[in-house]
Amino acid sequence: MTHTAVAADLIADRLVPFPKPHFLAAGDLNPPFTLALLDLADVFVDLNRESTKGRDLLRGRTVLNLFFENSTRTSSSFEIAAKRLGADVVTMPVQASSVKKGETLIDTAVTLNAMRPDILVVRHSASGAAALLSQKVGCAVVNAGDGRHEHPTQALLDLLSLRRAFGDVGGLTVAICGDIAHSRVARSNVALLSMMGARVRLIGPPTLVPGDADRWGCEVFHDMREGLKGCDVVMMLRLQLERMDGALVPSTREYFRFWGLDREKLAWANPGAKVMHPGPMNRGVEIDSDVADDLTVSLIQDQVEMGVAARMAVLASLSARLEGAA
Amino acid sequence: MTRLAIVNARLLDPASDYDGPGAVLIEDGVITGVERGPATLTAGRVVDARGLCLSPGLIDIRVRTGEPGAEPKETLKSASLSATAGGVTTIVIQPDTDPAVDDPAMVDFIQRRGAALNLVNVRVAGAATKARDGKRMAEIGLMHEAGALYFTDGDHVIADSRVLSRIMGYASAFNALIACRPADPWLSEGAVATSGELATRLGLSGAPAIAERIQLERDLALVEQTGARFLVDQISTEAALEVLARARGRGLEVAASVSINHLCFNEIDIGDYRTFFRLDPPLRPESDRRALIEAVRDGLIEAITSAHTPAPAEDKRRPFAEAAPGAVGLETLLPAALGLHHEEGLDLLDVLRPLTHGPATLLGLDAGTITPGAPADLILFDPGAPVVVDSAALRSKSKNSPFDGRRLQGRVEMTVVGGRTVYSA
Repeated sequence: MTHTAVAADLIADRLVPFPKPHFLAAGDLNPPFTLALLDLADVFVDLNRESTKGRDLLRGRTVLNLFFENSTRTSSSFEIAAKRLGADVVTMPVQASSVKKGETLIDTAVTLNAMRPDILVVRHSASGAAALLSQKVGCAVVNAGDGRHEHPTQALLDLLSLRRAFGDVGGLTVAICGDIAHSRVARSNVALLSMMGARVRLIGPPTLVPGDADRWGCEVFHDMREGLKGCDVVMMLRLQLERMDGALVPSTREYFRFWGLDREKLAWANPGAKVMHPGPMNRGVEIDSDVADDLTVSLIQDQVEMGVAARMAVLASLSARLEGAA
Repeated sequence: MTRLAIVNARLLDPASDYDGPGAVLIEDGVITGVERGPATLTAGRVVDARGLCLSPGLIDIRVRTGEPGAEPKETLKSASLSATAGGVTTIVIQPDTDPAVDDPAMVDFIQRRGAALNLVNVRVAGAATKARDGKRMAEIGLMHEAGALYFTDGDHVIADSRVLSRIMGYASAFNALIACRPADPWLSEGAVATSGELATRLGLSGAPAIAERIQLERDLALVEQTGARFLVDQISTEAALEVLARARGRGLEVAASVSINHLCFNEIDIGDYRTFFRLDPPLRPESDRRALIEAVRDGLIEAITSAHTPAPAEDKRRPFAEAAPGAVGLETLLPAALGLHHEEGLDLLDVLRPLTHGPATLLGLDAGTITPGAPADLILFDPGAPVVVDSAALRSKSKNSPFDGRRLQGRVEMTVVGGRTVYSA
């Protein structure tokens, strides 16, 4: 049997239709399905490392990448994922679109729906925008980040990276550090990691941790030394530049001094602790280059690679559901 | 090893509520022995107190200087000298210098300059916002690390509730103390007196006393929301004291300070437009002063400050409304406070507590008490000695003392800082 045929069998074995019509939040997943999705993503990781990466799982499907917010890595990650599965991909430059001319989000949705896409990948600065679109279109919607709400595929790729690094996520203690308040990555990760049995802690200055975060089922810390004690994973978050003008934190140097990850702070975590960051990084603000670039501790590059595989798994699984519905 | 024993003293230690005969042994700047009762201590050098009062040195948490930026008003040296003569062993410099103390380098600068003088302990309060603009949070964490004891914009009120809420929330990560002047900025704008019959008769623009209560209610609501440690800076009205007492009753961690001027004077004192009585907050009616004294007696107020605000003659020799507000007070703080004992009948320990142990506890200092292990910051004073205040003789560069010409009782005989005698009468 050829290598390609083995891969095709593996994919067929592991491909489970998506349990919901859309993928809007980490809560759309459940533990057994998540494990199936990770197993499928593992196959794609291996395939992506081969010279011939193309598959035809999504042949004939149209995937629309609709990014109302600037994005480089997520947008290209989805585009590559869809193309590797053989889909027809259109990435809409929304900045130059009718939205600028005053068209509402609903108008855009209705217009796009008329073009009969199969999967709509949406990023928008407003929380709930992906859910709103999903109610107005007849295709599957994948939330690629909506405001401060969720970024579920990021949580999935983080989970994949962790599972490959540690073997099992259950029982891990993961510290999510930094601007929790404005982070959709944090919200999705808290939901998914907790669902999969990890213990999640949140660490950040009080101005960047929501007051009710202790009700998310996480422990909340404002002190890195205290918070990192006993952690296996340190997930740093990007600090948006606009948060640094003295409104929420006084300065980048103070932020780095107390909440930026460097060797000294990393030493407070468990030996062998791994470092993650959804990117793009502010070096010297939330993370020191010395830590970020050290491949013995940093999973940051892995996360980018796992992003493509995890999104391939999501698109394939949604497509399988569409097959079933057809 | 340098050893010094002060014997035959009337020991006054508000921290342990002790008022009685005793002696203290000091070695290398630290109190190593305390004897209560007739003294048997001997050491390298023995000072016979001959029954004078020996208490912890005073801790003044609100001292303004002109250094850096306005040295002709006051320097760290002139303020420190003034403090030694007043029995004040720790001064907390306010951040309203030029430039403002809003970054760790400035905190460090003032502390080093102060330490190099070898007089009193010079500590710093950092600004809560950059350049005290009320908009951008200052580097509270780094300043806290550099040694700033608390954070305040001084007389600038942070009007924007969202900014103050964020500052309080952020500061709680460091368990840092935030202090605010309770004064509604709009009601207080341009005011030089307290609204009322007297201000009207004098033709002075006044702010209603409720301006203080309104702002305090807001501040305390934010404290409740953020869990910050909070100091009400210079409380001055009965209405605000009631708000404070209610908040304490609800279990909020709120402290309050009062300026010695508001315990000693009332609005009648501005009657002849004497600009040494032009203060901020303005002097209040007698009923407010009485309420403040009771709050000191009951322990509702943790700290009495001098609110030392040097203003040179050119800033005071003006019409009342145009004169710079504030008064110097480091040298008159103790005799003025002892007036509460002589005239108002407060126990001597109750007078000394908000000048020593109260502020020390508030700011986490190990001074303010006479116990083994504490720094040897002590004063020897004669509580009954009559003094006539002569502002011209004050060590402060500015002479704007409202006590000028007043007869007070209480004289500092000796001030010891870290075991060194820095002042002798």
